[in-house]
Amino acid sequence: MNLFGPFWLSIQLALVTTLILVVIGTPIAWWLSRTTTRWKPAIQAVVALPIVLPPTVLGFYLLILLGPDGAIGSWWVRLTGDALTFSFTGLVIASCIYSLPFAVQPMQTAFEALPDRYLERAWTLGASKLDAFFSIAVPMSLQGVVSGVVLAFAHTLGEFGVVLMVGGNIPGETRVVSIAIYDHVETLNYAAAHRMSLLLLAFAFVVLAGMFVFNRRRGAR
Amino acid sequence: MRAGALFLVALFAWPAVAVEPVTIAVASNFYATATELSTQFSDDTGIVVRVSNGSTGKLYAQILNGAPFDVFLSADAERPALLEKSGHAVADSRFTYAQGVLVLWSRDATDCLAVLQDANSGRVAIANPETAPYGRAAVEYLSGAGIWNAVSERVVYGENIAQAMQFAATGNATIGLVAKSQLRAPQLPEPACTWEVPASSHSNLEQQAILLARAAANNSARRFYDFLRSDEAREIVRRHGYELTP
Repeated sequence: MNLFGPFWLSIQLALVTTLILVVIGTPIAWWLSRTTTRWKPAIQAVVALPIVLPPTVLGFYLLILLGPDGAIGSWWVRLTGDALTFSFTGLVIASCIYSLPFAVQPMQTAFEALPDRYLERAWTLGASKLDAFFSIAVPMSLQGVVSGVVLAFAHTLGEFGVVLMVGGNIPGETRVVSIAIYDHVETLNYAAAHRMSLLLLAFAFVVLAGMFVFNRRRGAR
Repeated sequence: MRAGALFLVALFAWPAVAVEPVTIAVASNFYATATELSTQFSDDTGIVVRVSNGSTGKLYAQILNGAPFDVFLSADAERPALLEKSGHAVADSRFTYAQGVLVLWSRDATDCLAVLQDANSGRVAIANPETAPYGRAAVEYLSGAGIWNAVSERVVYGENIAQAMQFAATGNATIGLVAKSQLRAPQLPEPACTWEVPASSHSNLEQQAILLARAAANNSARRFYDFLRSDEAREIVRRHGYELTP
């Protein structure tokens, strides 16, 4: 088994997941930061659930939901002919659920700190709501947005338990780096486990340090 | 005050006089059988048996790393031999406790062999061949039948044989190559087909047990080990779908 195959697969999974989470997580975060509905605590709790739940609970539900008999899985089989379990697409769905709070919460916190009057001023100057959001809200909350993106990416990269349950350990498809390391440790192939772990360690450090450097610079301005 | 102190002393001294428990490491295919064996043994002797299960390779690695097991029930003969050689086990304590049988099992397909041949019939679940002897036997059988190259693209790997069975039982995989001993599980759905893979088509699933070095001074472990060789235990093993060498 080569060193970079599983690593590259994990990066791909993390990139696709992060992209999807930016698209669906940003509106959720914004809505949560502005809503006054009495359901807000319940919805916040749902978003935060993956932080608290063990991966086995998610893995168990996903195995049932995404399987060929499951609500989502059976629909997907009719659509594409393939099951969602044991597939890269299945892992993307799992990762989006798993990493959702890590994307939403930092963004929501940043949006909540943004006073409404900035947006109102933009609106009175004729900016559309969407325009105001992208030219006022996002730049002013950039620290939170970047934190959300980086954490979603890093958290997906570190995913293990859910993948172990719904992945099926297929090389090039679902054998992500954490699973490959697990396999190497189990087979006492410590040299390979060391190489992969060190690579992951260095990568995670660089990504997180990069985020903190970015945030410090923003903070200093 | 003094009575309290005495009570505390008694409390801490108690485990020392109580019978030592036995901790056994069991290959996943044998988990249900081992549970029944240990229940029987505990009923007979009053000794507590703790059963830890996983793939043979995983348990082997754990033993090398100092896991506190007294008896190892492996799914192969190779790893117990290695443990004996490396001094992690009691010399000459190795014996074959069961002969495993590999089976094809499908919840939905009525013809197990046709499913293996049909490239569009969904996933094939096997145990990880690196760590599970049943997974290795499955690969050997499929290679010998000349269909490994075609099937390998549809294979999903269970972390151990129990997960491979779970993949097949839930229908996530169309068919599984599993252990015959797993077929007795009461919670398993009714299979649409099962087929015993001929023992000649893969290397021997000779399952060996060994007394680990840690258990040398544990009388309870020795008794459990002796129990495994008794006719009573052998009858339970046979009932779970294993062949036995005389």
